Amino acid sequence: MAQRKHVRWHIAVFLAPAVLVYTALMIVPLFGTLNLSLFNLDETKTRVFAGLANFATLFGDPRWSGAFWNALANNAWFFVVHMLVQNPVGILLAALLSSPRLRFSAFYRTAIFIPTILSFVIVGFVWKLILSPIWGIAPGMLDAVGLKSLFAPWLGKEEYALTTLALISVWQFVGIPMMLIYAALLSIPDEVIEAAEMDGVTGWSQFWKIKLPLILPSIGIISILTFVGNFNAFDLIYVAQGALAGPNFATDILGTFLYRTFFGFQLQLGDPHMGATIATAMFGIILVGVCFYLFAIQTRLRRYQF
Amino acid sequence: MKKTMRFALLASTVLASAAQAEDVTLTIESWRNDDLSIWQDTIIPAFEAANPGIKVVFAPSAPAEYNAVLNSKLDAGSAGDLITCRPFDASLELYNKGQLADLSGLASMANFSDVAKSAWQTDDGAATFCVPMASVIHGFIFNADAFAELGIEVPKTEAEFFAALDKIKADGTYIPMAMGTNDQWEAATMGYQNIGPNYWKGEEGRKALIAGTQKLTDEAWVAPYRQLAKWKDYLGDGFEAQTYPDSQNLFTLGRAAIYPAGSWEISGFNAQAGFKMGAFPPPVPAVGDDCYISDHTDIALGMNAKTAHPDAAKVFLDWVGSPEFATLYANALPGFFSLNSTPVEMEDPLAKEFVGWRETCKPTIRSTYQILSRGTPNLENETWNASANVIKGTETPEDAAKRLQDGLASWYAPQK
Repeated sequence: MAQRKHVRWHIAVFLAPAVLVYTALMIVPLFGTLNLSLFNLDETKTRVFAGLANFATLFGDPRWSGAFWNALANNAWFFVVHMLVQNPVGILLAALLSSPRLRFSAFYRTAIFIPTILSFVIVGFVWKLILSPIWGIAPGMLDAVGLKSLFAPWLGKEEYALTTLALISVWQFVGIPMMLIYAALLSIPDEVIEAAEMDGVTGWSQFWKIKLPLILPSIGIISILTFVGNFNAFDLIYVAQGALAGPNFATDILGTFLYRTFFGFQLQLGDPHMGATIATAMFGIILVGVCFYLFAIQTRLRRYQF
Repeated sequence: MKKTMRFALLASTVLASAAQAEDVTLTIESWRNDDLSIWQDTIIPAFEAANPGIKVVFAPSAPAEYNAVLNSKLDAGSAGDLITCRPFDASLELYNKGQLADLSGLASMANFSDVAKSAWQTDDGAATFCVPMASVIHGFIFNADAFAELGIEVPKTEAEFFAALDKIKADGTYIPMAMGTNDQWEAATMGYQNIGPNYWKGEEGRKALIAGTQKLTDEAWVAPYRQLAKWKDYLGDGFEAQTYPDSQNLFTLGRAAIYPAGSWEISGFNAQAGFKMGAFPPPVPAVGDDCYISDHTDIALGMNAKTAHPDAAKVFLDWVGSPEFATLYANALPGFFSLNSTPVEMEDPLAKEFVGWRETCKPTIRSTYQILSRGTPNLENETWNASANVIKGTETPEDAAKRLQDGLASWYAPQK
């Protein structure tokens, strides 16, 4: 065989459209942001290379770092609420929906999924109205069951506002884990289920011992999607509480902190350099989280071949 | 036949575009989306009738996003020819970046006092870059029917003010005061900046703060916070989650008796409220004290330095500086008071009441706007947060003042 293996151009040609679009829309802006975070303005308002000085300000200056850690802690709590409420409830709903004895399951599935396709603006507005102490139906409904004393202006109280917003977000997005798990549950072959039944594993014990291990990879994917989504969240907080993320920054997450810094707010002028610094920090946090999942968790998940 | 038809069509398109090319179209960037119909129905037709060949389009965006949207558009070169100017630093920054043109030479600039122009000048006053349009005045609007029903006199001093609130509260028919802390800015703008000038003596205190001879922890600057802390008991249930539109609706539906206001509310309230309204200036601490009001230079119009039609834009701006525009604008939008030196005859009784305070009280502008909000932390934004905290009772007036002072001193040399 004297003839050498010729270059396989078609691979490059077929990859080119995706690579070009992805590079133009994702990679170039990403590196642009990383680059921007290394610059700042000097006394004469000209842009100079600042090295890591912006990061030193962000983590070293008590005001900047106070705001940053507050936003990060709030963001972490936002994520924890999603992991503790949204995903277990999603799995539970999927398990119920996949039960063959359930009637109207298509209706329930659609009804639970619909909030996912609503705009944040609508969700934020509707929930603000529902929970409003003045016009809302929440005080009235609690009153009807004699629990009026439990009502508080949740969105206006520092101790409840973030949890309330996280639960609103859960309400909106619970359809996504439900659908993914539902699909995973449907893909479990009947033979496996039948074999379990032959061995006397039925009901809840069947769910825990047979189905749950089989859908673990899907749960992993959902967790990482939740993580990335939550740490990039911005819309709901902005719509419901504004860019100052009141009350007293109790609902400030990384997204709103970035927005205020980058674009400015009211008399505060935008600062693209510090904004890019925060964006870079967010990118780093998400990168670490995703890497942790990919290398520490996903490689240990056992997969089953049918 | 078909061919002629096609030719006729083609010719008409060419001719139409040629005719359009003669007309210059100017686009106005603004945050006043509430005023869209007033510009389209009243102001622009009046201008276009007098200046054939210039077409004007009013293209507003949402108030909260205006600054961010405008900056992006200017950077990208897609902004309109005329730019509605926020007061002080936001516009000064645009001028320094070369995005707003210098308008000092405009003939109609002579129609404005130095105070009126101060919000749109360089610090040394050498260049003016926006034509002042209007200011807004703070005070309290009240439900006159409710006051008559409960036999309450219009309060003049602080003691009378709280006595009136107590009486409304004891009666229980009305919520004494319509305000919430959810949106934060109401607490600062309609709270602190509204009642504050009486304590820090208007311009005197404001200038002393800029010069560094007074501090935010001085009694004159803490006292307004002590008043705000007392407001808590007179606000509606769940005021912590009450938004700005909630407050407006509570008042116009007749459920609240007093509304801490800015004069921009007048036209909206006239349309919504089914009862008689009155207004009073912020009550003074003691009988016989001089009164001060916040008469804040709020809105102006400048020219995009990169506009393709600078001459047409200047014609429009010259007209905006004329008494004719002032009369049109101030009466179309009662509550936005003209800054023009020629006095404008107001028709709306409520607006007349507000503007009348200019005669009896000394006007000042909001304390945080000039120079003091240039650094990080931003004093204006911190004031929103502090005022809301003080009203909710989560921070004492002294702690709030100290936090603001520390923040200001961290970057502003005269306060160090």
